[in-house]
Amino acid sequence: MTLVAGGSAGAEATPQAVEQSLQRHSAPTGRLVERFERGLEAPICLTWELTYACNLACVHCLSSSGRRDPRELSTDECRALIDEFERMQIFYVNIGGGEPTVRSDFWELVEYATEHHVGVKFSTNGSRITTAVAERLASSEYVDVQISLDGATPAINDAVRGEGSFDTAVTAMGRLADAGFVGFKVSVVATRHNVGQLDGFKELADRYGAQLRLTRLRPAGRGAEVWDELHPTAEQQRELYDWLVVHGEQVLTGDSFFHLAGYGESLPGLNLCGAGRVVCLVDPVGDVYACPFAIHDEFLAGNVRGAGGFTDVWRRSDLFDELRRPQSAGACGSCGEYDACRGGCMAAKFFTGLPLDGPDPECVLGHGEEALERRGTSEAPRPSLDHSLHPRRRTGAAGRPGDPGDSRPGAAGHLGPVAVALLPRRPDRACDESPLAASGPGPVGPSAGTAGHRPH
Amino acid sequence: MPPTPPVAGSPAFDATRAWALHPQVSLRPESFGALAYHFGTRRLSFLKSRTLLAVVESLADQPSGYEACRAAGVAPTELEAYTRALAALADSGMICERAAS
Repeated sequence: MTLVAGGSAGAEATPQAVEQSLQRHSAPTGRLVERFERGLEAPICLTWELTYACNLACVHCLSSSGRRDPRELSTDECRALIDEFERMQIFYVNIGGGEPTVRSDFWELVEYATEHHVGVKFSTNGSRITTAVAERLASSEYVDVQISLDGATPAINDAVRGEGSFDTAVTAMGRLADAGFVGFKVSVVATRHNVGQLDGFKELADRYGAQLRLTRLRPAGRGAEVWDELHPTAEQQRELYDWLVVHGEQVLTGDSFFHLAGYGESLPGLNLCGAGRVVCLVDPVGDVYACPFAIHDEFLAGNVRGAGGFTDVWRRSDLFDELRRPQSAGACGSCGEYDACRGGCMAAKFFTGLPLDGPDPECVLGHGEEALERRGTSEAPRPSLDHSLHPRRRTGAAGRPGDPGDSRPGAAGHLGPVAVALLPRRPDRACDESPLAASGPGPVGPSAGTAGHRPH
Repeated sequence: MPPTPPVAGSPAFDATRAWALHPQVSLRPESFGALAYHFGTRRLSFLKSRTLLAVVESLADQPSGYEACRAAGVAPTELEAYTRALAALADSGMICERAAS
């Protein structure tokens, strides 16, 4: 019997964030994962998008950020929410946006959180990481930083994140390294254009004493518009999987890639869709969604401004209650790989217009592609919110910003009404962005050898 | 700032000595047991039984690891498993030795 999992001193003494702790339970710790599926007293990984304001306009932004929402939580409301996180013993939050550092009270809120036993990892494009800020961050024990980068070269990165964004990110990385900040994260979304650069990303991160984090491109937010064009091809998915099999222990993934488990062995992590179970998202106006990739009314559980606050939403919302019940395999029930991939990512299916109890659009057996073809001309659901600086009418389903055409097969119904039959059942696993969804090399403790889940 | 890695090659766990939860560790009870989070190392551990949670919580009041197990109701046949669990927690810095009272 293993009584303790995760957190083992493990093989390497590298700094670990919660994500890594989770990732280190990589093995089938069956019963523990089942408990997670039924929900916890509080999330393990909570993402808090502090603002929709952003000085960049990345084409795949999950939250369609750009403009600040005037209903944004005030400083006092943010502090009250942090107090609630402390009471619920949410040890760690992932702060994002938008670009969170553009909030004038950002540093004040980070300090307030860490003073109240809520550790912070924040995601940034690096534009506000001055030398002074880097030094301050390096001296804080409870703050971790994640720099977003989507190409190992300026051309690949800037095509997605905007002109000059590669230099901005690398400058920030240099300042953090110079200040002595070891082990900050470099976070990459895997796309068709950068899958060939995985070794390059790893070298870049290593050069700055950082840790690489690789996550899946989701068709959420503005990402829904570019997904057809940017998501890795089937061959690239295999390449990505093979690379992760080799490097998975040194690279964080937020449990992003459990849909690839059908290729063979599970990647390190919980291999669990954490949506509403171990993970959730609080957006800038206090809305609580099941996961960071599901900013849509369909996955909205409540708002922290409600009478019961965040606690009540987490523990009693109808949506989360439903997500914590046993889920049906649906159309995937007869597939021999279902136990490995669990039907893939709920958000990826939703935003590509596929039934939630069927295959993931990137199903490694090709069932997702078949489902997309069967879906035909009906358009996928559009994101409910858009804070883009320059909102664009969506044409068909995908297409690069600025591309007039839509090359997606079957995308004839441009501008057609959203007519997608959503099934009530949700998949067994959601994805998580969490840093915590899984952990790694083995459980600690009596009878090691059982562990193996993988979320965040 | 990056968390401090635990000291490599931690000394063997000795259940006859007095132990306590590390001051930077918080325990969050859950139906399956508890989550333990170390703010210094940012490590997260899962205690997979409520009894183990009770053992860990009683460490500070008991003269030894063994006594903490007994006080929490660990049966003699389970003592080895619980001792190994404590050793794992010691190894990851979640619990630490204290001066015997």
